[in-house]
Amino acid sequence: MTATRVAPAVEMVLVSKVFNRGKPNEVLALDDISLSVGQREFITLIGPSGCGKSTLLRLMAGLLDPTVGEVTVNGKTANQARADREYGIAFQTAGLFDWRSVQQNIELPLQLMGWSKRERRQRAREMLTLVKLEEFGGHYPRELSGGMQQRVAIARALSFQPSILFMDEPFGALDEMTREHMQTELLRIWGETHTTVVFVTHSIPEAVFLSERVVVMSPRPGRLFAELPVDLGARDFDTRESPEFFERVTAVREALRRPDGVE
Amino acid sequence: MTIGASSDPGTSAAVADEVRRYERRVAIRMAVRRVAVFVSFLVVLAFAYTGYKAFGGAIDDAQTEWPVVGSFLPRSDDLTMPPLLDIAAEVSVPPQRNNAKPLGVFVLEAALFTLREAALGFFLGVILGIGIAVLLVRSKWLERGVSPYIVASQTIPLVAIAPIVIIWGRTSLDWLPFTWEDWMSVALIATYLTFFPVAVNGLRGLHSPAPEDVELMASYAATPNQTLVRLRLPASTPYLFVAFKLAATVAVVGAIVGEISAGVRGGLGRLILDFAGRYTTGPERLYVSVAGAAALGILAFGLVTLSQRFVRAARVRESVST
Ligand SMILES: Nc1ncnc2c1ncn2[C@@H]1O[C@H](COP(=O)(O)OP(=O)(O)OP(=O)(O)O)[C@@H](O)[C@H]1O
Ligand SMILES: [Mg+2]
Repeated sequence: MTATRVAPAVEMVLVSKVFNRGKPNEVLALDDISLSVGQREFITLIGPSGCGKSTLLRLMAGLLDPTVGEVTVNGKTANQARADREYGIAFQTAGLFDWRSVQQNIELPLQLMGWSKRERRQRAREMLTLVKLEEFGGHYPRELSGGMQQRVAIARALSFQPSILFMDEPFGALDEMTREHMQTELLRIWGETHTTVVFVTHSIPEAVFLSERVVVMSPRPGRLFAELPVDLGARDFDTRESPEFFERVTAVREALRRPDGVE
Repeated sequence: MTIGASSDPGTSAAVADEVRRYERRVAIRMAVRRVAVFVSFLVVLAFAYTGYKAFGGAIDDAQTEWPVVGSFLPRSDDLTMPPLLDIAAEVSVPPQRNNAKPLGVFVLEAALFTLREAALGFFLGVILGIGIAVLLVRSKWLERGVSPYIVASQTIPLVAIAPIVIIWGRTSLDWLPFTWEDWMSVALIATYLTFFPVAVNGLRGLHSPAPEDVELMASYAATPNQTLVRLRLPASTPYLFVAFKLAATVAVVGAIVGEISAGVRGGLGRLILDFAGRYTTGPERLYVSVAGAAALGILAFGLVTLSQRFVRAARVRESVST
């Protein structure tokens, strides 16, 4: 217990990832990544398409093994952390099972963990309240808008109260207004649940608005260009229009463009 | 795809309810339309039959009236194409002198006999087919090794395996706690046809989940069995129902052909064979028994289609496979 408190949420040491090693279509996706994510931190990974953001997240999630280097999550190997359900994950497509109702979707991980029906129902109800979809438990995914589906996916990822939430462009398919609304909601949920969040995005304003730290990646092979702290304090409606916000946005944009970076 | 997030969830819930009611209305309307289409199809078919009968009857020996068409189109008379009303009337006539049962009852009893074989053949094929699909989805290696044999199995003609199965059933199954009867062997012959579409489509369905869905299950450290039961099987239901519809009709064909090639009495196969042999003395009888076979196939298909309504995963994802 003490060990998990002290250990960073995610720790990557000199991690590289090569796909299709030794074959003609070999790809060096990530090169020498070292990165540490503190407990309860909200960090975003940003970089051009194909730079290896999703790969980095999958390495943290123990869904891929690094070719070189070491990934630890809450002081354990990424694979062990996955087995111990230390994290929840959400992808760009909400990925809800369309034959399950909203409530059943949220209950999926709990069901796999062998929770009783009563416990599952109880927790699902709490999660529905958390994402403000109390009335939609009995509805089916296709009856919901894209934003609502993403909220269900977040509820599902957090249903078993993991200490970390991995998100891979979860709002990428949403329109601008829904997106901003979802960002505010996510920050509220983050505040209420004390979860560590690692968030992958393409959008500079999204990265700046959401996170305490923006990690900027280079085009392929993915390397870390820069780490920019975003000390904007508590976000609210006016944050997006403040000069400080634009300052950070500019800083991230500059970082993305640096050395051999292509815009 | 995306409508703005609901600032007012209450309204959206009502909208979703309304959508659901609307979809139910559409479903009912579709069902009514389907029945109407089927009935009008039958009527059109009857007209086409009668029309051609009149046309073909006008083709004479010398082909004077239809010099071109008459040279290749078959002629028709009451022997090749008995009048529809005669066929209908034959239903109430006993086919044999020493038997008081009218033909309709005869065909109905034979159809029930064949239906029993087809139903057993269907269920065995479904179990076997899903079993094979589940086995093959477990390993790429197994899938690559076994798939060609599954396909090859369908090139062996039923006529060849039917007598083998019948004789094997009669001689080698006396250790069973019940008596093995010939109709069960016919069901096995039908199984030989029914398992195929289920195995092939089932495998496709089990492979159908998006990589993200599989990754999601992995992120929960789900066991292979959990991934199978909670993700792959539900995802495969629309594919399976397509296969079930194929299997249902193929089960009827398999049962009829099985009866004929194995010489099993009591079913439609034997009846069709008999009436075909005595065609010249009463063509209507063959027509009636063939109509019975067709009705049986449609019934089997209809039952599967109907059962699909009761499986949510199949209904929700119906559009996926079509
Ligand atoms: N399973 C895989 N096999 C082979 N190559 C892969 C695989 N997954 C990713 N890659 C390659 O690794 C590189 C990084 O891919 P990745 O999906 O991590 O990028 P990304 O930053 O998430 O891109 P995007 O912003 O478009 O989602 C790409 O060149 C991609 O082609
Ligand atoms: Mg990606």
